Amino acid sequence: MSTSPPVELEALFGDYPLDSAFDEMREGSGELRPHYRALAELLAHLPPDELQRSKQSADLAFLTQGITFTVYGRDEGTERIFPYDLLPRLITSAEWDKLESGLTQRITALNHFLRDIYSDAKILNDLVIPRELVYSCKQYRRQMRGLQVPRNVYIAVIGSDLLRLNNGEFVVLEDNLRVPSGVSYMLTNRRVMKRTFPKLFHGYGVRPIEHYPQLLLATLRSLAPEGRPEPNIVLLTPGVFNSAYFEHTYLARQMGIDLVEGRDLVTHDNIVYMRTTDGLKRVDVIYRRVDDDFSDPLIFRSDSILGCAGLFNAYRAGNVTVTNAFGTGLADDKALYAYVPRIIRYYLDEEPIISNVETFILTEEKERRHVLANLDKLVVKAVGESGGYGMLIGPHSTAKQREEFAAQIEANPRNYIAQPTLDFSRAPCLIGNHLEPRHVDLRPYILFGDKVNIVPGGLTRVALEKGSLVVNSSQGGGSKDTWVLQ
Amino acid sequence: MKLGVRENATMLSRVADSLYWMSRYLERAENTVRQLDVTMSLMLDPGGASVESRWKRLLSSLGDPAGLAWNGDLESMAHSLIFDGLNPGSVTFCVDAARENARQVREEISTEQWQRLNRLFHQIHSPQAEAQFRSSTGDLMAGIVDGIHLFKGVSDTTMIHGQGWHFIRLGRYLERAYATATLLEVYQPDLFCAPEREHSGYQYLEQVGLLRCCTAFEAYCQVYTADISADRILEFLLLNRDFPHAIRYAVDCVRSAVDAIQRSGARRPPEELIAGIGRLHAMLGYTSIGEILAGNPGAFLHSIRQQCIAIHELVYRFYVHYSIQSALAV
Repeated sequence: MSTSPPVELEALFGDYPLDSAFDEMREGSGELRPHYRALAELLAHLPPDELQRSKQSADLAFLTQGITFTVYGRDEGTERIFPYDLLPRLITSAEWDKLESGLTQRITALNHFLRDIYSDAKILNDLVIPRELVYSCKQYRRQMRGLQVPRNVYIAVIGSDLLRLNNGEFVVLEDNLRVPSGVSYMLTNRRVMKRTFPKLFHGYGVRPIEHYPQLLLATLRSLAPEGRPEPNIVLLTPGVFNSAYFEHTYLARQMGIDLVEGRDLVTHDNIVYMRTTDGLKRVDVIYRRVDDDFSDPLIFRSDSILGCAGLFNAYRAGNVTVTNAFGTGLADDKALYAYVPRIIRYYLDEEPIISNVETFILTEEKERRHVLANLDKLVVKAVGESGGYGMLIGPHSTAKQREEFAAQIEANPRNYIAQPTLDFSRAPCLIGNHLEPRHVDLRPYILFGDKVNIVPGGLTRVALEKGSLVVNSSQGGGSKDTWVLQ
Repeated sequence: MKLGVRENATMLSRVADSLYWMSRYLERAENTVRQLDVTMSLMLDPGGASVESRWKRLLSSLGDPAGLAWNGDLESMAHSLIFDGLNPGSVTFCVDAARENARQVREEISTEQWQRLNRLFHQIHSPQAEAQFRSSTGDLMAGIVDGIHLFKGVSDTTMIHGQGWHFIRLGRYLERAYATATLLEVYQPDLFCAPEREHSGYQYLEQVGLLRCCTAFEAYCQVYTADISADRILEFLLLNRDFPHAIRYAVDCVRSAVDAIQRSGARRPPEELIAGIGRLHAMLGYTSIGEILAGNPGAFLHSIRQQCIAIHELVYRFYVHYSIQSALAV
C-alpha cells in the first residue's frame, strides 16, 4: 500500500522543500514515514478553516490557562501566548528507548564526575581531562570541595538538548544543568493538544507525561536531609522580573509547595527558615532556580539581593538540601561538554549510547587555527552562555561579525568552542494555512533522585522563522508537543 | 491527615503584606473617587462654601496629600487627583500600587482577580479615560468605581476564604474605618458647629453630599426617612452595625478578619493586639450617640483613627515584620 501523501495533503504541503536535512514526517523520496500516516490523514481530511479554528481554540486555551509570558515594555502587562505550533512531533517507541538509556547513562556519569571533581579529582590525576579546563571554568566553585551532598546527587534536574542529524541519529548538542526551563510549556502543550486533537491523540496511544510534577516532588523529597521525614520543600525563585517566573509559579503550584524568594528566607544557627504569618518555619529542601552567583551574598556575589545570607553555610552543615547543588555549572560548560564521552567511559566503563556533536576546543592551537580559517562554516559559542546568546552562526553571518568573533576568540580562547553547522531535522509546521518545514530540537527532562526518571518526550523547540536555526524562546523560537508512541 | 492536603494554612509574610496593601490601595482609590465626585457636584451650586474651601476640605478628608494645593483651576486639580501617577494621593497611584502588589503575588489570587485588576489599570491609563474626563467626568469616575466593585465581587467569589482572603478583608476594612473617621472628623465642624445657620437648601446638599461620600444616602433614608439631621448622620455612619460603610461595621469586619487569621495559625497573638481591637470594637458597640454628642465628637473620631493606626502596627509587628529573635523565642 502506498504511503505517498493523498492529493488533499499535497495541497496542504504545497511547495514543501525536502533537502539533505532529515524531515521528521517525510522520507527523502517524499513518502510519509509510517508513524506519521495517521496525522497526515487527519490533516488531509480536515476542511481548511477547521485547522484555523483549531488553532484559534488552542490559542484561547493557552490564554485562559495563563500560559503566557508578560511583556512589561510599552504594552504594560500585555500577556502574550508563548509561540507554539499545532502539529505534534512524533517519536517512535524504539527511538525513545534508546534515548532513555543514553540520557540515564549521561546523567549518571555527570553526577560521578561532579562528585569526583569536588573530592579527590581522580579523573584529573589520571589525565583524562586537562586540569586547567576544570579550574579555569567560572562555574567551578571551590567552596564545594569536600562537601558532602545528600545521596551524592549533584544534578537532580537536567535538560539535555538533542538534535537529529541527516542519518536520523539523535545526538546531544548540550546539557543544561543550571536552571533548565521549559517544562511548564511541555506540560501545557500536552494539555492543549489533548483538547485540540483528542481522537488523533487517543488513536496514537501517546505515552503520558502529566506526572512530571509528581516525579519532581518525589525526587526533591528523596534528597531531604537525614532525620527530616516530613521535609518542607520550597522553590526558590528570583521573582516576578525573571523571564521564567511563570514556570516557577506553575511548578510550585503543581507540586503543592511554597514559592519563595530570597527575602522570605533567613538563616539562624545554620538552619534556613522562611518567614510566615505563623512565625518562622524551617526549610529542608530548596529547589533552586536562582543562579549560584546570586544565591548567597556571604559566599558568592555580595551585591545580590536575590539570595539568602548564610544559605551556603546551612547547606554545608547538612541542614538544608539545595538542588541542583552549587557548582554544577561546571558540567554544562560547553568546553567540558566535549569531554563527556570520555567521562562516560571513565566512570561507567561503557561506550556512550548517544553521541556528542563534534566540538573544537579553542584552547588547542591546531583546532583554533582550523576554526579561525573556517568561521563561515562553523557555529561558535561562548562556553557559559545560554538562550542562544553569544553565538555566531557562520553561514548566516556577515564578514564583520566573523571578524569580531575572531578577535574575541584570540583574546579569550577558553571562553569559546566551535561546532560544525548542523543541518538538523525539520518538522512540518502550520504556517498560515499550509505546511512548511522548520528546524526542531528536543529537550527531554531527566530527574535524578533515588533513581533516574525521564518523562517520555520533552519539549520540542522550533525555530519558527523560515530558515532559522535558533530555537530559543528568547529569540523567536516556539514549541511543539512531543508524542512518544507506545 | 488527609492525603495530599497541605497542612499548613499560613502563608509567607511577604504575601500577606502584598494582599493587604493591594486591598488597602483599592479601597483608598474608591474613597478618593467618590469624594471627588461628591465635591465636584457640590461645587456646581454657587451658594454655601467657596470652591476653594471645598477643595481644601476634600484634601483634608483625604489625609492632606501634598502637591495638590488649590491653584484656581478645578479641572486641572481634579485631573491631577485622578491621573497624576506620581502623586501618592491620586487615584492612578493607588490603582498602580494595587496592581503592582497583586503582580507580586499573582499565584495567590485567582486569574479572574488578576484580569479584573489589570483591566482597571488599563482603563485608567487609556487615552479613552482622558477623553472621558473632558467629556463626562462623572461617567469616568463611575466607571472606576464599577471596576473596583467588580474586583471585590470577583475576589469574594473566586478566592478561597483562607488566610489570604482574610488579609484582604483586613486591609479593606481597616482602610475604610480610618478613611470614614477622617471624613467625619473633617466634616464635623461644618455639620455641628453652626446651629445658627438657617436650614437652607445648601445645608441639605452638604449633608446629602457627606452621605453620598459613603454611598449611604439611600440606606440612611431607609433607616431614618428623608429627614436629615447632623446627629443622625453621625449615628448612622459611626454606629450602625448593618451598613457596610459605617465605621462600626468596618471595625466588626476587622475583628473577624484578625480572629480568622489568628485561628489559622499556631501562635497566640500578643495581648496588645487582642486588647486593641477589643477596645475599639467595644467603643463603637457600647457608646450611644447621645454620649458622643454630649462629649467631644471630634476627639472621639480622632481616637478611632489613632486606634486604627495602632491596630495596623500591631498586626504588622506580629504577622509580618517580626524580629527573628522574637520569633525564635517562641
